[in-house]
Amino acid sequence: MFDLYARRRAINVVTLSISVFTMAFGLFWLVWILWTLLEYGLPNLGLHVFTQTTPPPGSDGGLINAIFGSVMMTAVGVLIGTPIGILAGTYLAEFGQRGWLAPVTRFINDVLLSAPSIVIGMFVYEVYVAKVQHFAGWGGAFALAIIVVPVVIRTTENMLRLVPNSLREAAAALGAPQWKVITFVTLRGARAGILTGILLAIARVSGETAPLLFTALNNQFWSTNMNQPMANLPVVIFQFAMSPYDDWQGLAWAGALLITLSVLTLNIVARVIFRQKTNTQ
Amino acid sequence: MSAEQTISAPKLIVRDLNFYYGADRALKDINLVVPEKMVTAFIGPSGCGKSTLLRTFNRMYQLYPKQRATGEILLDGENLLDKRQDLNNLRAKIGMVFQKPTPFPMSIHDNIAFGVKLYENLSKHDMDERVEWALKKAALWNEVKDKLKQSGTGLSGGQQQRLCIARAIAVKPQVLLLDEPTSALDPISTAHIEKLIDELKKEFTIVIVTHNMQQAARVSDFTAYMYLGDLIEFGDTSTVFTNPKRKETEDYITGRFG
Repeated sequence: MFDLYARRRAINVVTLSISVFTMAFGLFWLVWILWTLLEYGLPNLGLHVFTQTTPPPGSDGGLINAIFGSVMMTAVGVLIGTPIGILAGTYLAEFGQRGWLAPVTRFINDVLLSAPSIVIGMFVYEVYVAKVQHFAGWGGAFALAIIVVPVVIRTTENMLRLVPNSLREAAAALGAPQWKVITFVTLRGARAGILTGILLAIARVSGETAPLLFTALNNQFWSTNMNQPMANLPVVIFQFAMSPYDDWQGLAWAGALLITLSVLTLNIVARVIFRQKTNTQ
Repeated sequence: MSAEQTISAPKLIVRDLNFYYGADRALKDINLVVPEKMVTAFIGPSGCGKSTLLRTFNRMYQLYPKQRATGEILLDGENLLDKRQDLNNLRAKIGMVFQKPTPFPMSIHDNIAFGVKLYENLSKHDMDERVEWALKKAALWNEVKDKLKQSGTGLSGGQQQRLCIARAIAVKPQVLLLDEPTSALDPISTAHIEKLIDELKKEFTIVIVTHNMQQAARVSDFTAYMYLGDLIEFGDTSTVFTNPKRKETEDYITGRFG
């Protein structure tokens, strides 16, 4: 009897130690990355980063054109991708019980979800950039939209499935047609979760480099024209970090810190929203 | 129950009803009359088909691809299983309350307005009156009158269930289907709802599924005992409980089985 108890305690101690160790191992790298980013990024993060455009080597400059380009293309990408994602996710969750279309769509979406983003960049290059014969902000936005869609589809479907079926039955029992049940009851019930999914999709695309390299490329100058090549943080970081110039490298650190902080903020906001919502239900 | 009550007009007449989940036959040749403005209870062990039978009355099963019913269910003489019968109109006449409270993710007021808006175009004033009327009928008004704008999901379980009853009667149906409405509630909330059922039967025909035999005895005028998809016995509640005609019913009611 006592042996059994001692054995259980021993096993508990061992598993707990392994768990704590692996968690510490994972956290260690994360903290290290964040620390390095702050160490090299903070000294380079001044007002000039937000007021001046990317400089030639050796002169003063900032990242404002890249920041604007990133925000612009992410925003357009999300605006294009989110409605498609929500509608498709709704289809899968609410109508996907019968027939073959839904399982096939779901499978393809899973493939798309894990598709390397460079492939998506090349795809947009082929169908858009090569056709218009120049790099352009629109191409970047399209590529990002293609990355947003599967993320939003997946979260929308999952969140709608969490809405208890009894709620759908209750609305149907009142005589509500299916579109009303979905728009006023199930989508509302899953609102917070879907919003979280969108925020996570934004976080996901805001660091993407490969798809932009093939589509928006980069722009030395201030430009708001989506039909022209457009500067963006990931490609600028890529270019500046690989350069031998100290001032460029400093800006790359500042850009990396900016992206990381905004992704971190988005994630925290997403979590807070989701938690608040699930607590009140 | 006295004899004259049994003569009350039939509201629902079930004729040769069979129900299938895919190939499984869950209801077998059910014949039954639900009298108007009375409480009819379906009792029986789990899986006997009592909920299935209730869910044929508003064709709830149509949400699911492989479920179907054959036979007739007449509501005031009209066969509601008829494919030509408009489903939304049918559900306006036959309301339903479920086992677990199902408040919609919206305010208390909007929860009740949701169903009403499907059928009537009321002014804000009229809608407010209707909401108040329904909440009073469901004996919830005093508890929520100051927080109609708050979410319905924030209420207690018993209040949520009364909100669902208010939502169902706000549409002014003729029949109210209650599918084990108190099985997720505590005894006090249960007593509330049972009292409410007694009030509501003055205006509505009520059909209640319950696995609680005492509840059936307390609230119902008529009782149907079901077992394995068969309707074993149907009659007025006092007879079924004190002097059942069939031995199976007696065994179940006395607790020897089930």
